[in-house]
Amino acid sequence: MGIRFSQYDPEGFYDELYEEKGQPRAGSTLLLKKFASLPEGELRKRQEAAERVILNMGMTFSIYGSNDGHEQIFPFDIVPRIVTASDWEQIDSGLCQRIRALNLFINDVYHDQKILKDGVIPAELIYTSKSFLQPCMGLRPPRGIWCHIAGIDLVRISDGRYYVLEDNTRCPSGVAYVLEARQVMKRTFPELFEAYRVRPVDGYPSQLLETLRSLSELPDPTIVILTPGIFNSAYYEHSLLAQKMGVELVEANDLVVVDGFVHMRTTKGSQRVDVIYRRINDDYLDPLAFRRDSLLGVPGLIESYKRGRVALANSPGTGVSDDKAIYAYVPKIINYYLAEEPILPNVPTYLCSDRRDRTYVLEHLGELVVKATNEAGGYGMMIGPHASKQEREDCARRIEADPRNYIAQPTLALSRVPTLVDDHLEGRHVDLRPYVLYGRDVSVLPGGMTRVALRKGSLVVNSSQGGGNKDTWVLS
Amino acid sequence: MLSRVASSIYWLNRYIERAENYARFIEVNLNMTLDLPRGTTEQWEPLVFTTGDHESFAERYGKPTKETVIQFLLADPANANSILSCLVAARENARSVREVISSDMWEQVNRFYLMVRDALSNGWSRQSLHTFLTEVKANSHLFLGITDATMSHGEGWHFARLGRLLERADKTSRILDVKYFMLLPTVDEVGTPFDIIQWSALLKSASALEMYYKRFGRITPDDVTAFLILDSTFPRAIRYCLIKSEDSLHAISGSEHGAYQNHAEKRLGRLRAELDFGDIEDCLIGGLHEFLDRFQGQINFVGDAIYETFFAPRPIHIHSTIVGAEAQ
Repeated sequence: MGIRFSQYDPEGFYDELYEEKGQPRAGSTLLLKKFASLPEGELRKRQEAAERVILNMGMTFSIYGSNDGHEQIFPFDIVPRIVTASDWEQIDSGLCQRIRALNLFINDVYHDQKILKDGVIPAELIYTSKSFLQPCMGLRPPRGIWCHIAGIDLVRISDGRYYVLEDNTRCPSGVAYVLEARQVMKRTFPELFEAYRVRPVDGYPSQLLETLRSLSELPDPTIVILTPGIFNSAYYEHSLLAQKMGVELVEANDLVVVDGFVHMRTTKGSQRVDVIYRRINDDYLDPLAFRRDSLLGVPGLIESYKRGRVALANSPGTGVSDDKAIYAYVPKIINYYLAEEPILPNVPTYLCSDRRDRTYVLEHLGELVVKATNEAGGYGMMIGPHASKQEREDCARRIEADPRNYIAQPTLALSRVPTLVDDHLEGRHVDLRPYVLYGRDVSVLPGGMTRVALRKGSLVVNSSQGGGNKDTWVLS
Repeated sequence: MLSRVASSIYWLNRYIERAENYARFIEVNLNMTLDLPRGTTEQWEPLVFTTGDHESFAERYGKPTKETVIQFLLADPANANSILSCLVAARENARSVREVISSDMWEQVNRFYLMVRDALSNGWSRQSLHTFLTEVKANSHLFLGITDATMSHGEGWHFARLGRLLERADKTSRILDVKYFMLLPTVDEVGTPFDIIQWSALLKSASALEMYYKRFGRITPDDVTAFLILDSTFPRAIRYCLIKSEDSLHAISGSEHGAYQNHAEKRLGRLRAELDFGDIEDCLIGGLHEFLDRFQGQINFVGDAIYETFFAPRPIHIHSTIVGAEAQ
């Protein structure tokens, strides 16, 4: 007998696999029994085998700021997170609702701005958002959909409910890790996949392709993925998706706009491009439209897009819906456009731009998490209970200098999943990022990236800060 | 195919082939020096001359010794052509075209890189060196086999073969050149058993010994030279490399043999014709080393033409009325 599971203790946190000490949840009994039947040291061996597979696949990321070309494999833990069918049903319908509402919101913001005129959201908040792009006013993306690909971060806390923590409606990354994690897990625990009915994730690339095809009226549009290049931290994902969809992966230099149409340079001359899944930020898409100082991008791309001669996914300008201050209004947005109650609630959020909220935040810095409204990846974040006095004071100064740029939320007791530490399991905090596609209809990939904070007690799941990854098993 | 992608596939294959041939360079020298009579000093300088990187070597290391030369060719990250640098470059090129090559190819390049990196991080001994060089060759062969077995033999594959064979043609000429630089103990020993041993070591390093025996039976300097330059069926012979490179070039552009559509085809066609209609006397008439040197220059010329024809960014001209007609 290898690992004794009666010993595992959730220690008062919501645990995704355990009801309470020694008591597995219904969906995870089979998994934990299997683990218990493995000989001493076997789980560790399989973890190491999985890491070798990841290394040979070249699933690595380079660490920013290290120029010796040092690479690290993406940290991965072989204990999966299990999501029951009924939990998933709620997540699925909640995300579909949210993405429909956000798209209606973005379209409204760049056209009639009814929601501002009706006073549901202060106009000030929109105009001060760094992600609101004036050049997008009046833009008509194909079928009025702006955000086709989204990744929504969810957390579960002590009450057992899922909450939306962040919307990522620009260029959400991570889906490659979902696909590859599943490959690795199938090699690691083939016997468990026979016993469980885990919903497959392999259909994602073909669904993404269908979504991209829906952006063009042509029967067989030429589709490309636009990447910043091999030095981008998500390059692995860009090339994996291009490979699995059978489309070209292009860099900005491969594209050129001639007579208003986008072409790519090939060995046999130029070829027209109809749909671009771009993984470059708005700012760097087109030096003529957004940043004149930028050497990156494709000059003339946005003009071509405005004239409907090429389609972009996501459309420029979608960032206005994942500004963290605007996030606080998403429940109202859902209510306003769909006349529905949000299925997935928001985390309570204090806007530092609001005087009363700001006073509260400044008085309670020690118990709150403060985030910059326009940052992602855990950058610009201060976790009150874990911060030093100095860090809290610096944070307070930054808030007072630029209140619009900050929000605060209570420090959440994120749910945990047992994680292999040396030769035994310990609880580690997780979140969940499911992926939503909006082509002819909305669909949610059954699974998602479960990010895990590998450091004991840590709440930060970002890979740049000691986070890792787990496979997410949605049961059917 | 995107020009950038074609270029990366071409260079990916050139670098893998280069790494393999550097292993062969070191091997040929090890084999030759092993057989030197007692009391003669080992010669490592010739190897540096053969690679053409003697100036950058001299700048950093000064006088060549066995240790510095092997370090330079194997593991020096500042030498852009060392085996380590080749694998780093091959992998970066492969990474940038992962969606075009098969995942088996990518995984092989990655494993190859990891093997080289890990082996070199531990330093090398005479024993481990031999194993390492064998592994480098085997990994390169494995990559070649995987490429042939898992990649459609279309445009991308032809760029791969073009890169690999032009590189190989150049490197086979340099392996031959090692013999030129490798001094015999005395001039009198030309044609002696000792000289013959060196020629057979050279054939061995080009994996050509068995195939050579089948064709010529006994070893003479002229026959070895003829075999490695002019044979049309041995895959490491220069002429074979040029014939197949030319096939790939024509498959890419769709033009017929015997004609040309671009500079690359013109230059390569002329170079191949020179070997098609030449014999060993033509190679030796002005001196073998001079012949090889000139040949290497011409191969570079072909490489330049390939760059200009297929890879270089160039302005795209499209007539507006035609584009207008295509509009939805």
